[in-house]
Amino acid sequence: MAAELHVALVAADREVWSGEATLVVARTTSGDIGVMPGHQPLLGVLESGPVTIRTSDGGTVVAAVHGGFISFADNKLSLLAETAELADEIDVHHVERELERAKAEGDAHAERRADVRLRAAAGR
Amino acid sequence: MGAQLRVYKRRIRSVTATKKITKAMEMIAASRVVKAQRKVAASTPYAQELTRAVTAVGTGSNTKHPLTTEAENPTRAAVLLLTSDRGLAGAFNSNAIKAAEQLTERLEREGRQVDTYIVGRRGLAHYNFRERKVAESFTGFTDEPSYADAKQVAAPLIEAIEKDTADGGVDELHIVYTEFVSMMTQTAVDSRLLPLSLDEVAEESGTKDEILPLYDFEPSAEDVLDALLPRYVESRIYNALLQSAASKHAATRRAMKSATDNAGELINTLSRLANAARQAEITQEISEIVGGASALADATAGSDN
Repeated sequence: MAAELHVALVAADREVWSGEATLVVARTTSGDIGVMPGHQPLLGVLESGPVTIRTSDGGTVVAAVHGGFISFADNKLSLLAETAELADEIDVHHVERELERAKAEGDAHAERRADVRLRAAAGR
Repeated sequence: MGAQLRVYKRRIRSVTATKKITKAMEMIAASRVVKAQRKVAASTPYAQELTRAVTAVGTGSNTKHPLTTEAENPTRAAVLLLTSDRGLAGAFNSNAIKAAEQLTERLEREGRQVDTYIVGRRGLAHYNFRERKVAESFTGFTDEPSYADAKQVAAPLIEAIEKDTADGGVDELHIVYTEFVSMMTQTAVDSRLLPLSLDEVAEESGTKDEILPLYDFEPSAEDVLDALLPRYVESRIYNALLQSAASKHAATRRAMKSATDNAGELINTLSRLANAARQAEITQEISEIVGGASALADATAGSDN
């Protein structure tokens, strides 16, 4: 059996996803980072962006996270985000409308959030 | 029907209606407690991981941060008081307000100027009525607080603590809320959120005796701490809001239960009084008939003579 790490993706008000994985790719403020089992203990600040989790059964889980942290120790990886959504939960049409509205209103923050969610949805 | 009896009947009807209402409120509150408790449980993983991370950075680096260092001479403190928007919850709000007042008094005795921040219409009304100064207040979400509400509450507090004391900033941040111990017990507690005492945080997360790994910080320990601490404050406030909401619903449930019980008792007493009044009326009618009959008999007997 290949080495695996335990991943918990938690948002402020719920646990979004948890399970075993072989690789997690997330975007920190200083660039994308990939974590595999046995990685050095790490604590980093996340950018809002898609997070890709390769599960140990060969599947891929993509989630959009907005602001948060990644912490890894003892083969346990926690992704803490204020808000996090799995790509499967994202309603593309709804987000596209949101993106348009954000663009029209010039709300850069909302635009960025919508963009991240769309990219996460595209990567599923 | 006699006047007395009619009055009793009317009162019984009105108390029965009140009882129905309080019973309904009791059941609504009971279901809301469960929902609120579930929300507290759902927010626990995030809070736990965050606390762990704060402990890790705090102990794993020698970084000095305004949010973790104690001011040598604290002169101003902020007190955040969590109350509810609506009453009908027994002593829930007055207990929280009392706890906040005691804390304020203590801080002022220690020579600190206190800025009060209030969540909930009840607390705000209490302070406004007494014409006390309130730095900022938030209302409208105490029954079901969301994380966005917690962020909204935390924002001015974090801003105040990051500012220099001379420019109107504060050195300390205290929070007063009602802790949900169980369905029957809720206690108003105060705790100091900032500056952060790492020992306490470690104790809370149960990592006191655990040796934390040497973390690699990305991008740097300072930046991580900078980003982490505001989130930590938000998460603590969120947790306090949720507990306070659960406590409020539990207090409402209890208050409404005793109101329902009292209404039942009142209905019993009134029914007995109404029965006695009815019986008295009947007795009176009988004695009137008997009296009338014997008067008639006396009259006839008299005419015979």
